[in-house]
Amino acid sequence: MSFRSSRGLFAYAVFTALATLGLICMGGLVTSKGVGMAVPDWPTSFGYNMFALPVNQWFHGGVFDEHTHRLWASTVGVLVVFLVRFLGGVESRRPLAWIGAVEVALGASLLAVGPSWKGAGHFLMGIGGVVLLAALTGFRGQRAAAPLPTLGWLSFWAVQIQGLLGGLRVVLDQWVVGDLTLGLILGLVHGCLGQGFFVLLGVIAFCLSPLWESISLSRPSGPGAGVPFWFGLGCGLVVLQLILGASMRHQHAGLAIPDFPTAYGRWWPDVDSESLVRYNQNRVDESSVTAFQILLQMAHRIGALAVVVSVGMSLGSARSRYGAASPVGRLAAVWLAIVLAQFALGASILWTHKAADVATAHVALGAAALLTGTLLILVARKLSLPECGTAPVGVVPVFAARSAR
Amino acid sequence: MNTMLKLVAAVSTAALPLTAAEVTGKVSLKGTPPPEKVIAAVKADANCGKVAQGDAKTRIYLVGPDGGLANTIVYVKKGLEGKTFTAPATKVDIDQAGCMYQPYVSAAMVGQTLAIKNSDPFMHNVNVQPKVAGNKGFNIAQATQGKVDEKSFEKPELGIRFACNVHPWMIAYVSTFENPFFAVSDDKGNFTIKGDLPDGKYTLEAYHQKGGAVTQDIEVKGGKAKADFTIEVKAAQ
Ligand SMILES: [Cu+2]
Repeated sequence: MSFRSSRGLFAYAVFTALATLGLICMGGLVTSKGVGMAVPDWPTSFGYNMFALPVNQWFHGGVFDEHTHRLWASTVGVLVVFLVRFLGGVESRRPLAWIGAVEVALGASLLAVGPSWKGAGHFLMGIGGVVLLAALTGFRGQRAAAPLPTLGWLSFWAVQIQGLLGGLRVVLDQWVVGDLTLGLILGLVHGCLGQGFFVLLGVIAFCLSPLWESISLSRPSGPGAGVPFWFGLGCGLVVLQLILGASMRHQHAGLAIPDFPTAYGRWWPDVDSESLVRYNQNRVDESSVTAFQILLQMAHRIGALAVVVSVGMSLGSARSRYGAASPVGRLAAVWLAIVLAQFALGASILWTHKAADVATAHVALGAAALLTGTLLILVARKLSLPECGTAPVGVVPVFAARSAR
Repeated sequence: MNTMLKLVAAVSTAALPLTAAEVTGKVSLKGTPPPEKVIAAVKADANCGKVAQGDAKTRIYLVGPDGGLANTIVYVKKGLEGKTFTAPATKVDIDQAGCMYQPYVSAAMVGQTLAIKNSDPFMHNVNVQPKVAGNKGFNIAQATQGKVDEKSFEKPELGIRFACNVHPWMIAYVSTFENPFFAVSDDKGNFTIKGDLPDGKYTLEAYHQKGGAVTQDIEVKGGKAKADFTIEVKAAQ
């Protein structure tokens, strides 16, 4: 088996990245609805092998969201294992074979530990089996240019850690560290890592794209090279917003302040204990809010403004440096459009009292905003290098050699 | 060890003068509570829609026609220090029916058995995470109609949340106490604490999950006492 051209691998990488965005939506829905614990066990589902859960138990309230998330995640895992194989060429076969064999052996030894480890053992053996299968696949395409194989391996470990975090979030839900449950902490980390994982796959796909190959044509003449300051700031602020947002979501404190643009009828809400009693008495909601959660939402609001400003400035700087019609200028315009839509979605979460689908769209669009900002930085970096295409960041026109053949 | 504890408990209970006391009163709500919401998801759900009766609504503030506040727990907070009590043999029933918990608020003594039942012909999970150390949490799936699981808590705690994650609107609260002198106000706000409460001075607390808590000192004389409570909801802004 072999891709006929680099386009085939590009399409496969785009498909994997889109499947990951879908997975983020599914996971976001699980958190928005608060159904993460609808299936109390992992990696089994109600004691069944995950892939053998009877359909009538699957299509049932919150079980549907949680179990679909698990199956979808498994699919993305398989896609990523093969992505590593395709990016790494024949050289990837040996490490994949070793890792697969070790995982199968570990899984088998878990079976011997005792019956309570049976589910985990089968699960690990299944993962190892897929990795072994990828190693055995007779794909003969050559190794992609550096650093794509490394990025592939990074996503390989990320997806396995991510799966483990998601599982531990269920299994250790009730464990308490300080004031927080591990369900909350691991859920938060799982949510943030999911975003980073998506960006990684997006970057891999982008570096395989025809656009990436053609980008050096839009290099500005003269000095002023380097990544514009606003790109970096905008991207950093988006990361901060993602972490703040994930913290709010995993505390189910997205509605800690119910009104917008005001906050409890003011520009800055009171958070003394007497005010908190009043707020909580008037919430028709099973949860109660703390001063910390209110301030968290205020920080997220201020962060949103800062993101809009810095992404707006990014567009200005992209246009003046590269031109409005250049790839950078266009990508920066897309970035601003995403960020503005994200701002509007954020406000409508409050206006719709956190409709689960709106809140989930906010998560997905946040991931898209982070990816766009990251790609802008990569492109600007590529353009600032003296020799485009052969340089170290140089996720080079990857399969040029092969397509010429 | 357990038998020993029970023995001590039995002896100390026996040492109290036995009187069939009755503390009665009414809990009223002052102020305007936010309106309850219809939980549209109940009817929209493929399974719940079949068994739901009428429109399910939130039950945050259930106020009777003359201002009586339901689901308020009134209990003896002070005055029984140093005394130990045995948990009643009666079970506290918590039912899941029509994709709602029944009742919404209940109370039990530490060690008293809670019988958690699924009356619906499909699965609910019961996810409980107490906050007080010593109270053990659990998350169990009840797949079949009529399934009953029995649990208990070892420490006193107000408002232990019971949640179903399959149907995330399903919430109930259970409070546990070290003495058996507690009651939950009915839909008119009335409550009656019955039991062998000796004559003397006590502090009662009325605790509402959202409205908060108010306390009152009372004196039980000849096995009788009366106490009315007012819980005030202030405007949010
Ligand atoms: Cu349920």
